[in-house]
Amino acid sequence: MKDFAFRVLSLLVLYLALAALAALLIDVAVDGSSRLSWDFIRGFPSRRASAAGIWPALAGSILVIGVTAALAVPVGVAAAIYLEEYGSRSRLARIIELNITNLAAVPSIIYGLLGLGLFVRMMALGRSVLAGGATLALLALPVIILSTREALRAVPKSLREGSYALGATRWQTIWHQVLPVAMPGILTGIILALSRAIGETAPLITIGAVTFVSFAPDGLWSPFTVLPIQIFNWVSRPQPEFQVNAAAGIIVLLAVLLTMNGVAVVLRDRLQKRTQA
Amino acid sequence: MIGEAQPAAARRRRIGAMGAEPAIEWALFLCALLSVATTIGIIVVLASETWAFFGRVALTEFLTGTEWTPLFAAPRFGVLPVVAGTALVSSIAMAVALPAGLLSAIYLSEYASAPLRRTVKPVLEVLAGIPTVVYGYFALLFVTPLLQRVIPELSGFNALGPGIVMGIMILPLVSSLAEDAMRGVPVGLREGSYALGATKMQTSLRVVVPAAFSGITAAFILAVSRALGETMIVAIAAGQQPRLTLDPTVPIETMTAYIVQVSLGDTPQGTLEYRTIFAVGTLLFAGTFILNLASAWLRERYREEYA
Amino acid sequence: MSSIVRPAVSVNVRPAAEEESRPERTATIAADRLNFYYGAKRALHDITLGIQPHVVTAFIGPSGCGKSTFLRTLNRMNDIIPGTRVEGRVAIDGQNIYAPGVDVVDLRRRVGMVFQKSNPFPKSIFDNVAYGLRINDMVRTTSDLAARVEESLRQAALWDEVKDRLHESALALSGGQQQRLCIARALAVRPAILLMDEPASALDPIATQRIEELIYDLKRSYTIVIVTHNMQQAARVSDDTAFFWLGRLVEFDRTDRIFTAPAEKLTEDYVTGRFG
Repeated sequence: MKDFAFRVLSLLVLYLALAALAALLIDVAVDGSSRLSWDFIRGFPSRRASAAGIWPALAGSILVIGVTAALAVPVGVAAAIYLEEYGSRSRLARIIELNITNLAAVPSIIYGLLGLGLFVRMMALGRSVLAGGATLALLALPVIILSTREALRAVPKSLREGSYALGATRWQTIWHQVLPVAMPGILTGIILALSRAIGETAPLITIGAVTFVSFAPDGLWSPFTVLPIQIFNWVSRPQPEFQVNAAAGIIVLLAVLLTMNGVAVVLRDRLQKRTQA
Repeated sequence: MIGEAQPAAARRRRIGAMGAEPAIEWALFLCALLSVATTIGIIVVLASETWAFFGRVALTEFLTGTEWTPLFAAPRFGVLPVVAGTALVSSIAMAVALPAGLLSAIYLSEYASAPLRRTVKPVLEVLAGIPTVVYGYFALLFVTPLLQRVIPELSGFNALGPGIVMGIMILPLVSSLAEDAMRGVPVGLREGSYALGATKMQTSLRVVVPAAFSGITAAFILAVSRALGETMIVAIAAGQQPRLTLDPTVPIETMTAYIVQVSLGDTPQGTLEYRTIFAVGTLLFAGTFILNLASAWLRERYREEYA
Repeated sequence: MSSIVRPAVSVNVRPAAEEESRPERTATIAADRLNFYYGAKRALHDITLGIQPHVVTAFIGPSGCGKSTFLRTLNRMNDIIPGTRVEGRVAIDGQNIYAPGVDVVDLRRRVGMVFQKSNPFPKSIFDNVAYGLRINDMVRTTSDLAARVEESLRQAALWDEVKDRLHESALALSGGQQQRLCIARALAVRPAILLMDEPASALDPIATQRIEELIYDLKRSYTIVIVTHNMQQAARVSDDTAFFWLGRLVEFDRTDRIFTAPAEKLTEDYVTGRFG
């Protein structure tokens, strides 16, 4: 009898969690879908809630994530290759590994403080797209390193041995054999890291992303805002019309995330088929 | 030597390529070192501004004072109210996430059929992937009004709503880490228990969970660390009134929300007010760092037990 | 226990015409008091033996006796494993391959290896064979490349079966075909020595037979060393046999003598199946 009750309780908890997710999505959809339109996506923020749009925020998000990807992907993949293929047993490598695991769990707002002190002030990049992208790149780096290492680890040892036995150098083996096979896993990890970054709000607020912009960013040095900050701005206003805007903005954000994750899944399947006869 | 020799031009090219190998290794190594540079960067930035802060504010006032009003004309720098705010919201979140996460992990690991696991786990991953600003919206505009119907004196900004929502957000983390820990327990242990006539619940609670104890504890600690550092849910729904209280129905302010509040304002850089966010940030970083280290240590110990 | 008998070179009759078209590529291997350590544990004790060209030498012995470990010291594949150490020398054509400054990567091209579980790359059949040629920069033109790939596949007795599907994935081949592909791949870079670590142990009897016939053909042009746990195979395929036990070389002699009149009792016990 107790066993049955326990089983029911656990299942109930699970269903409650799922119900919470459903409630969230439905609530947002109900609140925001009335505002959702092409004008909303292409429009600019305004003091009149009904006329406000999210274009600057959307453009800002895309630009910032572009910078983040350009910085974090090469460095992250390179670091993971080093740790997995070259140095995985030295003591220094172990310290680096521990450090990365810790960095992956540091609160994102701390990265914001780092970005503020380092990029905005010390490197004098100002409150620009570049500073924002660089800050998020530091945030995404540990995640990319960890997932790339997983993907590299999954490549069977026999593949590397076969290559070495033919007189290939380590880099030749990595470039011609290991990376192509690990690529689906690496790409999936990258896209997941970037989709996390797109949803980040706190670090960008801290480095000074503006909350009310009436223009789309016009370059790497321009001030900017991003989707989640725009949503935050609208949610913080007392007027209910702005809260509707916030909900609509959330729908757009979730749609972007859904697209990115969808692309990740498709890419992974497509590439996996290629390496498997 | 032996075998066929390469044509001379090819040999020269190859020796060039071989020379590139150490250069490539160095370049990759520098990229790996960048992660260390990040940690050093965090420590340097936090430490330098915090040091300047403590040039003007006494450490004892900071750590033991009970009023936090750094932006007022007559500023007070006692950090306890915002620490209390963080602790209150996090405790509520943990009260939701830890038991629910553990129960869900037990169910998925010991009871669930494969099709159920296949449908539930991606859904939990979606829960974990939703941006926190969305959760903040949910807490302010859905959960709090819902709770107000049950608790009429609940104020619009409070600790209860965001605490519960934060718990829901962290639940997938606890569930997946605890499940990993339980799956690491050898099947033989369970079979020994069943062979003695124990039920599934008895086996799960008395054999599997204790065996996975350090792994599960590591998961719990990581969840706490996550809750402490969470920003947007509380910035949107918990309020901006630093208050040393245990009452979950009134507005409070957490450490993270305070940093957001100052960043949104016009505080000029280099002033004492500006430096407060670094002082608070240092406290936050130190706390989560210790927790993360403890969690990693426990996970390593757990791996040694069963690997 | 470590009596070493230097076997007389078995003379093979080679067709004169083929002799002129193929350059002499074989080599002698001489191990001199070779010791090998996995960390603190000594896996090979004072191995001294000489391997002749145009001869198939088999390494036999029970599991864990060190025969595969010793094989891998011959092309320094053990260097990849961290924490390993070598003492003594291995000379190929008189030159110590463990001397400082030896180009290990080039050594591995010249001493080819085929593994127990075939490991074709997840690429096309053509690209598998061409890989070694490309990374070692061994051919200049695409037509040369195609010619070399065909030559290697013919040598491995695989050409007729794959000539119409060179650009299909290698993973679609059967186990035996994959192993012959790995042999072709190793031959493409024109090594002098071919090391084979239990090449047929994962194959069915028919595929095994084809591999054994291939080995017989190849010994005309290569020095071949094969590790096998199958004594009947060693007796069928090899000219000389070395028996290893617990990391030591127990006896090394002509195959027919090892299997009919071994000098050591331990050898006799092993080949008659008194222990495995």
